[in-house]
Amino acid sequence: MTDQQALVKLKGIRKKYDHEVLNIASLALKKGQIYGLIGPSGAGKSTLLRIINLLTPPDSGSLYFHGIPAPLNGTARLTLQRKMALVFQKTLLFRDSVWNNVAYGLRARNYSHKQIELKVGPLLEQVGMEHLAHRRADTLSGGEAQRVAIARAVAFDPKLLLLDEPTANLDPRNIEIIENMITGLSRERHMTVVMVTHNVFQARRIADEVIFLDKGNIVEMGSAEKIFTNPDQEKTRLYVEGRMIY
Amino acid sequence: MSQLGEGIIEAFRLIISLDEGLLRIVFLSLRISGLAIIISTFIGVPLGTLLGLKAEKKTRLVNKLIFTFMGTPPVVAGLLIYLLISRMGPFGVLGLIYTPTAMIIAQVTLATPIIAGLTMVGVRSKGTAVVETARSLGAGQGLVTWTIIKESRISILGAIITGFGRIIAEVGAVMIVGGNIEGQTRVMTTAIVLETRQGNFELAIGLGIILLLLSFIVNSFLYNIQRGGGSSD
Ligand SMILES: Nc1ncnc2c1ncn2[C@@H]1O[C@H](COP(=O)(O)OP(=O)(O)OP(=O)(O)O)[C@@H](O)[C@H]1O
Ligand SMILES: [Mg+2]
Repeated sequence: MTDQQALVKLKGIRKKYDHEVLNIASLALKKGQIYGLIGPSGAGKSTLLRIINLLTPPDSGSLYFHGIPAPLNGTARLTLQRKMALVFQKTLLFRDSVWNNVAYGLRARNYSHKQIELKVGPLLEQVGMEHLAHRRADTLSGGEAQRVAIARAVAFDPKLLLLDEPTANLDPRNIEIIENMITGLSRERHMTVVMVTHNVFQARRIADEVIFLDKGNIVEMGSAEKIFTNPDQEKTRLYVEGRMIY
Repeated sequence: MSQLGEGIIEAFRLIISLDEGLLRIVFLSLRISGLAIIISTFIGVPLGTLLGLKAEKKTRLVNKLIFTFMGTPPVVAGLLIYLLISRMGPFGVLGLIYTPTAMIIAQVTLATPIIAGLTMVGVRSKGTAVVETARSLGAGQGLVTWTIIKESRISILGAIITGFGRIIAEVGAVMIVGGNIEGQTRVMTTAIVLETRQGNFELAIGLGIILLLLSFIVNSFLYNIQRGGGSSD
C-alpha cells in the first residue's frame, strides 16, 4: 500500500488529556474499505474519530488526506470537513422535523431545494423512515433516531464516514438495516467507513479490516479474517475472545 | 372595605368602557416596554449566545457581571441613568431626561442582562453537543451559531418573556428618568403610584388589574413553553 492510495494517513498523532489517550505512530485508511475499530472502553476510539474529523486537534503529529496535510483551521479545514461525516456515540438530533434533520448537511452545502428533495426522500425510504418525515425528531425511538442520524450523515455523500457505535442498544432489526446501509454505501459509492463497535461479531460481519486499539495504541491491524482467527498479538486474541482483563 | 369595593367596581367600569385616559396609559406602557424588549433582545440574545458558546472558565468574570446586573435594583439603574442624562450630566445636551426615550434606555438597561444571562445559560446547557453535531455535518460558523440559537429557542423565548415581565412591572427607574408626565411618560406603574397618592383608587385599581392580567398572560405563556417545549416548530 503506497501513500497515494491512502485516503487518510496519520503520522505520529498524540493526544493527552490528564493522561495520554492516543499515541498512533502511523495509520493509513484506504478508499472504499470498511474498518472496524475495536478496543476496550477508554482505549481512545472516540478520540481517534474526532481527530480524524478535525474536531479535536492532536497535540502533535500530522494528518494527510490524499497525501496533503490537513489544515487545522479556517475555510480550508471546513472544506475538508465537508468531505466527511461523523456520527457521534451520543447522537443528537436537532429539535426539528426528521426531514429537516436529514437535509441539514445539504443545506449547509447550499444544495438547491430540488436537489434536497431528490436526496432526502429516497434516503428516508432506505432507512424505513419516510412515513415519519414530518415527525419531530425528539419524539423518535432510539432505533428510529439512530437511523435518522445515519441518514443525515450520509445524505451529502461523504468520502469518509466515521461511525461511533452506531448500533449500540439497538434491536436486531435496526442493526440489520444499519449494517446493510453501511455495506451498501461502501460497495456502491466507495465510501470509506470507520466504525467503532464493541460487538466483535459485528466487526466480523461487515469490516474488511479491523483496528484493535488499546490504551491509545494500535496493538494490531489487519484483515477481519486474520484478526478474528489468527491474530499476531496475544492481547488481540484475548480481546476478541472476550477474555482480556482490563 | 367600601372604599376598596367601590374602587373595584369603578375600575371595572373604566376597563369595560375602555376609558380613554386608562387606555392611553396602557398603550404607552406597552409601546415603551415593547420597544425596550425588542432592543434588549437584539443585544442580549447575540451576547448571551456568544458567551454561552465560550468555555465557562474564559468568561467567568463576564458571567458574574451579567448575573449581578440581572439583579440590579431598578431605582439604582434609574439613578445612574438620571445622572448621565440629566441636564447637567455628560449626555445632558441630548435633552433625553423625562422623555419616553429615557424610559426605554432605563428598561433596556434592566432587561438586557436578564436576556443575555438566561440566553447564555440556555445555550450552555445545550452545550458543545449541538455545535459539534452542526460542525460534523459541515456547517460553517454562521450556520453553527444560527443552529444553536434555534436549538435554544425555548430558553431564549423564556428569557425574553422574563425580561418583559420585569420591565413592564417596574416602577423605580421609569419614575426617576421619565418623570411621570401625563400623556408623555406616565405608564401603568407610575400612574398607580400617583393615583393612589391622590386617592383616585378606581384608576389605580383598574391599572393594577390590567397589570395583573398582563402578568398572568406573560407567565402562562412562559409556563406553557417551558413545560410543553412548544408543540410545533
Ligand atoms: N475532553 C476530554 N477531557 C478529558 N479527558 C477526555 C476527554 N475526552 C476523552 N477523554 C479521556 O480519554 C480517554 C479515551 O476516551 P475515548 O472517548 O476516546 O474512549 P473510547 O475508546 O471511545 O471509550 P468508549 O468505548 O467507552 O466510548 C478516556 O480516558 C477519557 O476519559
Ligand atoms: Mg467512545
